Amino acid sequence: MATQATFRIWRGDPAGGAFQDYSTPVEEGMVVLDAVHRIQAQQANDLAVRWNCKAGKCGSCSAEINGTPKLMCMTRLSNINLEMPVILEPMRTFPLIRDLVTDVSWNFRAKKTIRPFRPRLPDSPDGTWRMQQADVERVQEFRKCIECFLCQDVCHVLREHHKQDEFIGPRLLVHAAALEMHPLDAEDRVSDLRRKHNIGYCNITTCCRQVCPESITITENAIIPLKERVVDQFFDPLKQLFHIL
Amino acid sequence: MPEFQRFSYDVLVIGAGGAGLRAAIEAAATGAKVGVVCKSLLGKAHTVMAEGGIAAALANVDDRDNWRVHFSDTMRGGQYLNNWRMAELHAREAPDCVRELEAWGALFDRTKDGRILQRNFGGHRYPRLAHVGDRTGLEMIRTLQDHGIHAGMEVHMECTVLRLLLDGGQIAGACGYDREKGRFYLWQAKAVVLATGGIGRAYKITSNSWEYTGDGLALAYHAGAELQDMEFVQFHPTGMVWPISVRGILVTEGVRGEGGVLRNSEGRRFMFDDIPDLYKEQTADTEEEGWRYTQGDKNARRPPELLTRDHVARCINREVKAGRGSPHGGVYLDISWIKKHLPKSEEHIKRKLPSMYHQFKQLADLDITQEQMEVGPTTHYVMGGIRVDGDTQMSTVPGLFAAGEVAAGLHGANRLGGNSLSDLLVFGRRAGRYAAEFAKTRAAATVDEQQLQATAAAALAPFDRGPAGENPYQIQYDLQDTMQDLVGIVRTEQEMQQALAAIEKFRARAERIGVVGNREYNNGWHTSVDVTNLIIVSEAVTRAALMRKESRGAQFREDFPNKDAEWGKYNIVVKSGADGAMQVEKIALSPMPDELKAVIEEMK
Ligand SMILES: Cc1cc2nc3c(=O)[nH]c(=O)nc-3n(C[C@H](O)[C@H](O)[C@H](O)COP(=O)(O)OP(=O)(O)OC[C@H]3O[C@@H](n4cnc5c(N)ncnc54)[C@H](O)[C@@H]3O)c2cc1C
Ligand code: SF4
Ligand code: SF4
Ligand code: FES
Repeated sequence: MATQATFRIWRGDPAGGAFQDYSTPVEEGMVVLDAVHRIQAQQANDLAVRWNCKAGKCGSCSAEINGTPKLMCMTRLSNINLEMPVILEPMRTFPLIRDLVTDVSWNFRAKKTIRPFRPRLPDSPDGTWRMQQADVERVQEFRKCIECFLCQDVCHVLREHHKQDEFIGPRLLVHAAALEMHPLDAEDRVSDLRRKHNIGYCNITTCCRQVCPESITITENAIIPLKERVVDQFFDPLKQLFHIL
Repeated sequence: MPEFQRFSYDVLVIGAGGAGLRAAIEAAATGAKVGVVCKSLLGKAHTVMAEGGIAAALANVDDRDNWRVHFSDTMRGGQYLNNWRMAELHAREAPDCVRELEAWGALFDRTKDGRILQRNFGGHRYPRLAHVGDRTGLEMIRTLQDHGIHAGMEVHMECTVLRLLLDGGQIAGACGYDREKGRFYLWQAKAVVLATGGIGRAYKITSNSWEYTGDGLALAYHAGAELQDMEFVQFHPTGMVWPISVRGILVTEGVRGEGGVLRNSEGRRFMFDDIPDLYKEQTADTEEEGWRYTQGDKNARRPPELLTRDHVARCINREVKAGRGSPHGGVYLDISWIKKHLPKSEEHIKRKLPSMYHQFKQLADLDITQEQMEVGPTTHYVMGGIRVDGDTQMSTVPGLFAAGEVAAGLHGANRLGGNSLSDLLVFGRRAGRYAAEFAKTRAAATVDEQQLQATAAAALAPFDRGPAGENPYQIQYDLQDTMQDLVGIVRTEQEMQQALAAIEKFRARAERIGVVGNREYNNGWHTSVDVTNLIIVSEAVTRAALMRKESRGAQFREDFPNKDAEWGKYNIVVKSGADGAMQVEKIALSPMPDELKAVIEEMK
């Protein structure tokens, strides 16, 4: 492994910025975030970077590494070509705050527009429920989400078409799926998914699934079944027939 | 003069981990106007990292369990220095709090008959930890977050509180700045709940995130509150030791709960060699019995790997010092060996410990279903914290409440795994309820504008010194080295005196910190604030550890290697003296009521 590497880091704020090169020593086992910390401590004290756990658990350190959205704390230098400068940029879909930090607050606001969990009445007199492991597992997959928003970052509906006001994006479709498929949930979000959250904008490119650090099968397990529910409720020929009669 | 953005609440909650969110939900439910301030984004607080589970005597897996067993396990784990009232309330109320999470959407792993599954953990007599694989903290924080955003609270994300404000001895609110732009804020409040978590970043090797700089402890200390049990810092026995850059990251105790064993370089299960008297009765005699225990055999006793954390950490330390460690200065933790007993062990391990599998695969290129891990102790949790009333969680400052890791009392000299997540729920709920009640009885206090301006001026001073000043990161690194080397797992008078002298120098250097750049998302500036808090908590830990001339729970003094019954009668309390110097004193434990004594006797 190389002993010295160059990191080409985006420095700037909404008014403008540029890439800047930093060369720093690297060792076996290091991840990108380690290199960024080293640069921050020794060469650029004010370099803005967001991180918390450094263990792939909190979803704070999302960035674009050589053009691919990734968690900086889970990307090992040994998996990157260090012969060339490593390019580090903020997530481009979200408004820039400074350097590698973006304003992701839209995700939190959009989440609030989704109807919350509403459980059915308890199954037993002591106020508790019974659920089988097999039934919770499907939803547990969605609940692994660490809200890194990398999937939101790659989704063309948000990134290129800027439909933030109309479309909730893959992360929040996963959230909606977790609620809809929750064994206890009694709320109905299907109409909202069609009209308010515009699930129809998603054309299953699977870009979101490919970047998910938690390997959630976003498209096949979450979005497609939700789309099927929408189809069943709104476009089912039988139901339509009854509607007409 | 810097401008302040102004907000006013009945209850201000500082911190949005499990404790803070639970407190905010409870306070909001009473109709109080609630504000929440946190240093990072919502859902990213330290609680998200918790792995193993939430301890609660639900008795779903073993019907012999009940609050009395949980209470006595907690007291035994804490070596009887715990606030017994908190230990009692915690054991009684935890099951209800876990069920409440389920009603808000949490999806725990299930038993065969569809109830919440519980797993074994160190120091708990019966399988007691409700869990979701090894990502229980994520489940908990997401559930509270998603419930909380619809519960009517205002959240200020990525804001750091710099100071608590007082008005004639009563709490008046807090002030701070936002990380995004560096704007100053005033959050006026009739009651304040501190839920800021721990201090792990005072040490070099830690499982804790950057947020753990002891802010809440420093804020409370400056406001005149008392800190208690600061000498008790938990070193978790199993952190990663290799590669260097991930040193300290936690390897959940769940690995041992599922049958993982510790071995030294000679392949020996050294934990069988040293079993403390207090636990002899409850510990397996043979490897075979230990295995049966982890697989749910009610007649088997637990393997010695599941003894309390302080003990396991010291045994590992001893093996390494004796030259029987692994290549990178740890020992071996092996879960792959269970293939001897389980046909589909690979899938079993991946299903029970998915994050651990992932973590080692990605960060160390190691497949835990096939190979053994290298592990060593890592700074994990602080039992000490703000001294509070057991029922209401109010500190010695009227209107200032504390809950979660930042509060002291429940865990005494050593915390049992799983007892923190339940602590957050039980005492978060209580703090929220009593803070709202307190707020109802009070009119809004007035804020001292001069104090506000002085706080802002002090926070901005490092910009004036610029690049000529001290590098804040360097001071933090040096402090971490000092605490790691001199006030770590094994302590002596002489080394701790050295540490105190070093801390004085860090304080002087911190006064000369310079930062470059502007106020917008400037991590260097943020670190300059964190460092001053770390210095205070480091001093508190060191002074309390010096005073306690015995070894008990998490504190091991090489110069006083034994437990001393006399010291078992006192907590150590730290506060700011009239002259500004740190005062340390011992305070007698309050006597335990006979009913609780009887419970402990019965469970022996
Ligand atoms: C890796 C790991 C695994 C663990 N596993 C378990 C487990 O399985 N079971 C268990 O019971 N315990 C476990 N623990 C311990 C447990 O997770 C923590 O003790 C607990 O989550 C602390 O919660 P809290 O609510 O007190 O604080 P936190 O969740 O840390 O929240 C603190 C909050 O305070 C905010 N804050 C701090 N300072 C300021 C400031 N100056 N201004 C504004 N806001 C501030 C932070 O932003 C954050 O929102 C584990 C700990 C670690 C590190
Ligand atoms: S599959 Fe749908 S949600 Fe995912 S990136 Fe493509 S368009 Fe966006
Ligand atoms: S679904 Fe995956 S990529 Fe999207 S926010 Fe969650 S963890 Fe990140
Ligand atoms: S810092 Fe938490 S995921 Fe990278």
